[in-house]
Amino acid sequence: MTTKKQNKRIAAAAALMVLAGCLAMTGCGGNKEDAPSGERDSIIIAGSTSVQALSEELAEAYMEKNQNATVEVQGGGSGQGIKSVEKGIADIGSLSREVKEEEKAAVSREFLAAKDGIAVIVNSKTGIKELSMKEIQQIYKGEVTNWKELGGMDKPITVVTREAGSGTRSSFTELAGITQKDDSGKELDGILKDALVQPSTGAVKETVSNTPYSIGYVSLNALDDKVAAVRVEGIEPSVETVLSGDYKIQRPFVYVAGTGLSSGAEDFIRFVMSSEGQKIVEESGFIPIKQK
Amino acid sequence: MRKRKGNKIIKSAVFFGSVRLAAAVTLGILALLLLFILVKGVPHLSLKFLAESPENMGKEGGIFPVLIGTVYVTLTSVLIAMPLGVAAAVYFSEYAGKGRLVHIIRFFTEVLAGIPSIIFGLFGFAFFVVFLGMGWSVIAGGITLSMMILPTLIRSTEEALKTVPGAYREGSLSLGATKWQTVVKVILPCCRSGILTGLILGIGRAIGETAAVMLTVGGSLKLPVSIFDSTRTMSLHLYMLASEGLSQEKTYATAALLILIVLGINWLAGFIGRRLTKE
Amino acid sequence: MRGKSLKVKETIIEKALFLCAAGSVTAVALITLFIFSSGYSVLRSYGPLNFIFGMDWSPVNGEYGILPLIAGTLEVTAGALILGVPAGIGCAVFLAEMAKERWAKLLKSAIELLAGIPSVVYGFFGLAIIVPAIRDWLLPAVQKIDPDVPASGFSVLAGAFVLGIMILPTIVSMSENAIRAVPLEFREASLALGADRRETITKVLVPAAKSGIFSSVILAMGRAVGETMAVLLITGNVPKVPTGPLDPAATLTGTIAMEMSYAGPEHQSALFAIGIVLFILIVILNSIALAVMKRFGGAV
Repeated sequence: MTTKKQNKRIAAAAALMVLAGCLAMTGCGGNKEDAPSGERDSIIIAGSTSVQALSEELAEAYMEKNQNATVEVQGGGSGQGIKSVEKGIADIGSLSREVKEEEKAAVSREFLAAKDGIAVIVNSKTGIKELSMKEIQQIYKGEVTNWKELGGMDKPITVVTREAGSGTRSSFTELAGITQKDDSGKELDGILKDALVQPSTGAVKETVSNTPYSIGYVSLNALDDKVAAVRVEGIEPSVETVLSGDYKIQRPFVYVAGTGLSSGAEDFIRFVMSSEGQKIVEESGFIPIKQK
Repeated sequence: MRKRKGNKIIKSAVFFGSVRLAAAVTLGILALLLLFILVKGVPHLSLKFLAESPENMGKEGGIFPVLIGTVYVTLTSVLIAMPLGVAAAVYFSEYAGKGRLVHIIRFFTEVLAGIPSIIFGLFGFAFFVVFLGMGWSVIAGGITLSMMILPTLIRSTEEALKTVPGAYREGSLSLGATKWQTVVKVILPCCRSGILTGLILGIGRAIGETAAVMLTVGGSLKLPVSIFDSTRTMSLHLYMLASEGLSQEKTYATAALLILIVLGINWLAGFIGRRLTKE
Repeated sequence: MRGKSLKVKETIIEKALFLCAAGSVTAVALITLFIFSSGYSVLRSYGPLNFIFGMDWSPVNGEYGILPLIAGTLEVTAGALILGVPAGIGCAVFLAEMAKERWAKLLKSAIELLAGIPSVVYGFFGLAIIVPAIRDWLLPAVQKIDPDVPASGFSVLAGAFVLGIMILPTIVSMSENAIRAVPLEFREASLALGADRRETITKVLVPAAKSGIFSSVILAMGRAVGETMAVLLITGNVPKVPTGPLDPAATLTGTIAMEMSYAGPEHQSALFAIGIVLFILIVILNSIALAVMKRFGGAV
């Protein structure tokens, strides 16, 4: 009986020690390097919602490095990015497209921070090596449902897509033109309702590689030997063809300045273009501008 | 007459045949599922797998941070749910009468037990992660899970308290002990193993839970240091590995380990429970 | 003097214990409050009827009709019950009435152990075995008759199969208890009246245990409706009313889990509103189970 009791005591003590360990570690984890004293630099980035996630990652890493800086990231859309630097509401505007001719006047400097490219992948059984932009649209809008209509085998196409809200999905529909206009002329996501939905890049790759006669799309930097990417309009998707502009399902992520940049904003941009910043670009699933 | 009898025999044969078939199918499928995963997973289990950090999002390497994350989250949930659950059970079994209020509280406990885990996940996300600003973290996941396992703990502790003979209570009270002293010094020590059983079942449920954890702990593969760090539990890791098809080998190994742990835990609970009934 | 302070202490302790007991009330209240307040805005702006009976779930386009998701959930659940209930009850009858006592005990505790297996493991099993099996074995045969059948294997059937397996332990264990709880006299009386064993089981024992069996089915149904990870991995998540067992489907739970991470504010609110619907559905199901158990006093 006593040994039983002792065992229980020991077990309880062990549990307590583990907990104490957790708490002690909490304390240690909290201590970061002392920040150099100085006033806080506040930077506001506004604009494209597509760039928002990347901006937030960059901002977080930047603030980790510069304890006296705060970077606030806001959405609004690419057009809003231009407007907000024009009006001086934000220090940096962000766009997920090129700056338009009529917008150039409001912008003093442009920084190409990253590129976003999307590869179309197919299951090896399809035997398909190349698709045109039009064909991709037809497949994803459900206008073409059998590979034979595209010169392939007489097999129904299994379309795989990402979940609603995914950034990859919205860039893909936008860049490949898989949209429909509603009555008010608003561009809507036009991906057919029968498409299988998978919640991550990996899941799309896995599904496409396992499901015969299927097609899907993933961020370009997630490509590996597991699935084959098709040539789009004759161009192989790769970092080089995206950077050169030949591969079409891609877009630039641009930061812009209005009349000028504050020293804090300048420093942030420098961080984005540094190898450290570009590494974050890559980790976030985009194509860094400066290649190793 | 003979015909009817023959009919009866055939009917019986068909009936018992199909019952046997149903039993065989049920037991067969469950056994197949277990064997399939264990046979494919156990060979890939190794000390290295347990002790190494994952590389390439889990494609290579081991699951050490995930194990630690699982322990953290589970421990947090149990440490919160345990005192609450035992106290609630003591109240129900020793203090509460049959009043309306008690009836309502019991009803709510039943409701809590039936809520699907994804709802707990949604709530944990809205309340702990966002509203209280805990972020995706061990603590947010732990508290969410503690709410999930609370009904299990209350129920099993109550069952254990019921096994304590009324004479013990009367004896203690007649010796001049107060009700609380009776509870602490006589009743609870008597049903320690019953409470332990409930605790272990709660741990099992917390380890196996995925949906609630997915929305509250984030999913970081880094070794969690503080309870405010994001982490990933084994079930969540298994989900990620399975859905993203990163590595067959690691997926089966993780699934097998998860099964072994949960089965071990449930077996332990059953073992203690049986010892309890013997006592 | 001492007695008085003791009494005060006792009262305080009782109050504290009461507060702990009321913890689950607080939890349910908080959950309800947060799910409802987070989901309310879309329910109001989109209209509860449009929300529940809308045929189009495309949050990117501002359409939040969840009828396809409700249909998906109900079809997968119904399929799971069709596959799991007969097998489970059959197994329960076998264990309670036919198997040797020692075997029955052993098998029952094995099945109860299985009840603890995490749902994500069942989901993985479905993804690794059942989806490919449907795709590679069943579909080629079906395609000969209907060439347009969805060919991926992700389907209502796959979901129903996996959930059917998942609910087996619940059904077997509870139904077996219920059948065993039927008093011995019933058996003896039936046999004495000249009924054979089959008639005793089907006409006396199962009817007498029906409330327990029924509750097990309702609870299993609740589990199937609320299950998330397994269906997320294997049903294909297509928000379209499935018209056959081989069609892919999206469920209420799977959609929440899948879309939560990137959802914008309105979309997120819609996901919480799905949570409201799910919550109400489950509470109704569980209340039925509780009421039935109470009414018939069946064993749990």
